[in-house]
Amino acid sequence: MTTPEQNLPVKAFTRDFNFHYGSFQALKSINLPVIEKHVTALIGPSGCGKSTLLRCFNRMHDLYPGNRYDGEIILNPDNTNILDPKVDPIEVRMRVGMVFQKPNPFPKSIYENVAYGLRVRGERSRSTLDDKIEDALRGASLWNEVKDRLDKPATALSGGQQQRLCIARCLATDPELLLFDEPTSALDPIATANIEELVTQLRDRVTILIVTHNMQQAARVSHYTAYMYLGEVVEYGVTDEVFLRPKKKETEDYITGRFG
Amino acid sequence: MQANDLAKIRRVISSNKRFDLMFAIAGFLALMVGVMAFVALFGEMVANGGARLNPDFFSSFPSRRAQNAGILSAWVGSLLVMVVTALSAIPLGIAAGVYLEEYAPKNWMTDLIEINVTNLAGVPSIVYGLLALGVFVYTFGFGQSILTAGLTLGLLILPVVIVSTREALRAIPIHIREGAYGVGATQWQVVSDHLVPYATPGIMTGVIIGMSRAIGETAPIITIGALTFIAFLPPSPISDVAPYFNFEWLWSGFTVMPIQMFNWTSRPEEAFQQNAAAAGLILVLMTLMMNAIAIWLRYRLRKSIAW
Repeated sequence: MTTPEQNLPVKAFTRDFNFHYGSFQALKSINLPVIEKHVTALIGPSGCGKSTLLRCFNRMHDLYPGNRYDGEIILNPDNTNILDPKVDPIEVRMRVGMVFQKPNPFPKSIYENVAYGLRVRGERSRSTLDDKIEDALRGASLWNEVKDRLDKPATALSGGQQQRLCIARCLATDPELLLFDEPTSALDPIATANIEELVTQLRDRVTILIVTHNMQQAARVSHYTAYMYLGEVVEYGVTDEVFLRPKKKETEDYITGRFG
Repeated sequence: MQANDLAKIRRVISSNKRFDLMFAIAGFLALMVGVMAFVALFGEMVANGGARLNPDFFSSFPSRRAQNAGILSAWVGSLLVMVVTALSAIPLGIAAGVYLEEYAPKNWMTDLIEINVTNLAGVPSIVYGLLALGVFVYTFGFGQSILTAGLTLGLLILPVVIVSTREALRAIPIHIREGAYGVGATQWQVVSDHLVPYATPGIMTGVIIGMSRAIGETAPIITIGALTFIAFLPPSPISDVAPYFNFEWLWSGFTVMPIQMFNWTSRPEEAFQQNAAAAGLILVLMTLMMNAIAIWLRYRLRKSIAW
């Protein structure tokens, strides 16, 4: 992983951000930048809050009662606090896409899966849909495998293909920020390698924030890494630095496998 | 292991397995009770009324002479009432089920509504008949018509459709919902583009169960005043003058299959008993056919929905 230059534009950042599930505080004083058109990885042991933090970026927690955001998450270039109650979560989700841990294609055709995001945005023209869908499927390295069977059910695809379809579904809508929640933990090694290669290709196109429990994966695909433990960001920096020259002992313990 | 330990284990296993065998036999016998009962009833109807089944049975009106009596008005009436029942119960039931499951806030008032809806399924059908008499026949002035019967039976099966809709929605895994919301869909878009389509097989199950019950319901239909001896058909909805389709038939007097059977069984002549058996056979076959169509539809839909 090459070391990126300094002073790059920040796509999003959290400011003194806390999060509560009911009475339990899951995230404490998070200050994390997400650098534009680069890959930032969140690593840490189970229960450290990395998925919780990820799901704040597209207001997924709004879907369930009893959750409370406290602090700000600012999205650039318009400097909007996406957690502001006045900001519509639907609008946030139209700007920020998410790929989930378990591939979740809709029980519809491949075409309709990728088209859905566009339809929700009011796109009706068949030719525009066709073009954007092809573009998205190419971007997800899936076009050649499915171009002859776009009307077949998406659930007939293999796990790795389904996950790439979910990525295509997000790409079709040109998101500003793409969130990956442990995208390969349900996949076999070859499918995992395909997704990792895809993430590497996509980073010039869209800003990526990826949660992974696999440290080697974080080392392979990301430019920046944040190590989290018990709801706090213990250390954040350029990936090579965090892995080779960690500043905190906790980070070093986790990286070397002494715990977690 | 030692040889005698092994022998001991083998003895224990074979004695345990005896319970397996005993239950398999007992379970099979229990099943046979139900199956045999149905076969016996069905067989008796076939033996009694089978001879009566010929095309003019279907195309004749009832008559004082058993040989000329047929079920024309009855099966047409049943069919039309079923159409109104379905059209009233299905949209209302799905809408109520979707609202309760997806939109209603989870508080005590919603709980109260839920309990009441489930209880409604157990209310005796004649009570629905009384309700319909007061509300539909007199207050709304729909009279003793197909419309009243359809709406009454629609109300009767409404709780079943609501509960099935809710169960079907609950069965949709959370990651599908999150995927839909994640793309920027509003709640209505998630419900109409995803949840209701995926819940359709489950909803259909509820509709099947409901309609099967409704087609055989006699008490509420008698209460609202279905006629027992009618020698006319409701006016046809299709006509050859504009607007080519009318709703006259909704307001018409009518009869249904169970009532026709009831009318015939209460007559002393043996020939009428035969007619009643034949009508019963047809009713069972109508129910089975309705179920079969719905089950086939559900099977087709279920194949394309997987997660």
